[in-house]
Amino acid sequence: MTKIRKIAVNVEETHSEAGKTISPPTRKAVAVAVIENPFAGQYVEDLTVLMDTGAELGALLGRKCVEALGISPEQAESYGKSAMVGENGELEHAAALLHPKLGTPLRTEVAKGAALVPSSKKMGSPGQVLDVPLGHKDAAYVRSHFDGIEVRLNDAPRANEVMVAVAVTDSGRPLPRVGGLSHLDAEGKDGLR
Amino acid sequence: MPDVILRKTVSSCEEIFHEGGPVSGTPPRRAAITAIIRNPFSGRYEPDILGFMEDLKPLGLDMAKRLIDLLGGADQIEGYGKGSLVGEAGELEHGALWHAPGGYAMRQLLGTANAIVPSSKKVCGVGARLDVPITHINASYVRSHFDSMEVGCNDAPRADELAFALVMTTGARVHSRSGGLEAWHIKGEDGLR
Repeated sequence: MTKIRKIAVNVEETHSEAGKTISPPTRKAVAVAVIENPFAGQYVEDLTVLMDTGAELGALLGRKCVEALGISPEQAESYGKSAMVGENGELEHAAALLHPKLGTPLRTEVAKGAALVPSSKKMGSPGQVLDVPLGHKDAAYVRSHFDGIEVRLNDAPRANEVMVAVAVTDSGRPLPRVGGLSHLDAEGKDGLR
Repeated sequence: MPDVILRKTVSSCEEIFHEGGPVSGTPPRRAAITAIIRNPFSGRYEPDILGFMEDLKPLGLDMAKRLIDLLGGADQIEGYGKGSLVGEAGELEHGALWHAPGGYAMRQLLGTANAIVPSSKKVCGVGARLDVPITHINASYVRSHFDSMEVGCNDAPRADELAFALVMTTGARVHSRSGGLEAWHIKGEDGLR
């Protein structure tokens, strides 16, 4: 496992929006790990080490989110993943962490997860904002669950670090009313509808 | 006095394993909780605002309790701080309303907490961040526990809102080695040493 410097977990609860009470409140959690980038400052062809780290972080950060929301894995409704690479790294390092192996263990933590895990990645510096996209975990077309959550740490990522974030919710947007497929109508078989 | 209308809460918990030095056996943790409420005095000069402090007490107690639970119980807490963000249609003085309900809520629930709760406040726009100062709960001069934690969220405080924050920590800075009064030498009677 690549060395972790820090883990942060944030939870947002929305109790009212546009003057309307939201009951129960909508809730989103994001867990972020700051890890050392083993390939900072050099071009390395084989990124297996980062892929394996991605697998461990998918489980660890997914579990942290579910715990922070105080829900069972089945109660998770949407998810997302993102990475921000410090300036001595390479965008491909974010891709290696996120795409090959992170999703499967994350899906175990949220029970099922038929849908693609939406993602974003970028290079960045300490204090920069990372926007983690959110989508329904079993049916990507559920329109009420398209959302995002911001995460930001004043001291990360340093030049030789990578921030890896996983977000999980137990709800969609507070006042969804733009139509489309609803959470209740989703079949959740093909990952889309 | 007016009702406390809660729009949103944001909690954040960090575990710090190392900062370039040896990995800590007991990683220090910092947690913050921020409540975003409507500012009942925004947009005008209201001479008499003191009664709102009383109305904020239940919110302060609820937030302090959640923060203690996040960090695993009152016996884990060694440092604390508090802060206010005031949306632009408000006044710095509105931020000062958090002093009694925020500070005394933490001190009441922590049992022995003799040190003054350090604080910061400012008027700002949406998305602003506040650095909340942190000191030891029983002796303000304990140098290892001087720290701070950033709070804020992307959609607050709106012009007519207040964001009130409480912060607690479970120990010293991760590689504390700058001397001064150490936690194990304090008397903890006068709140200073």
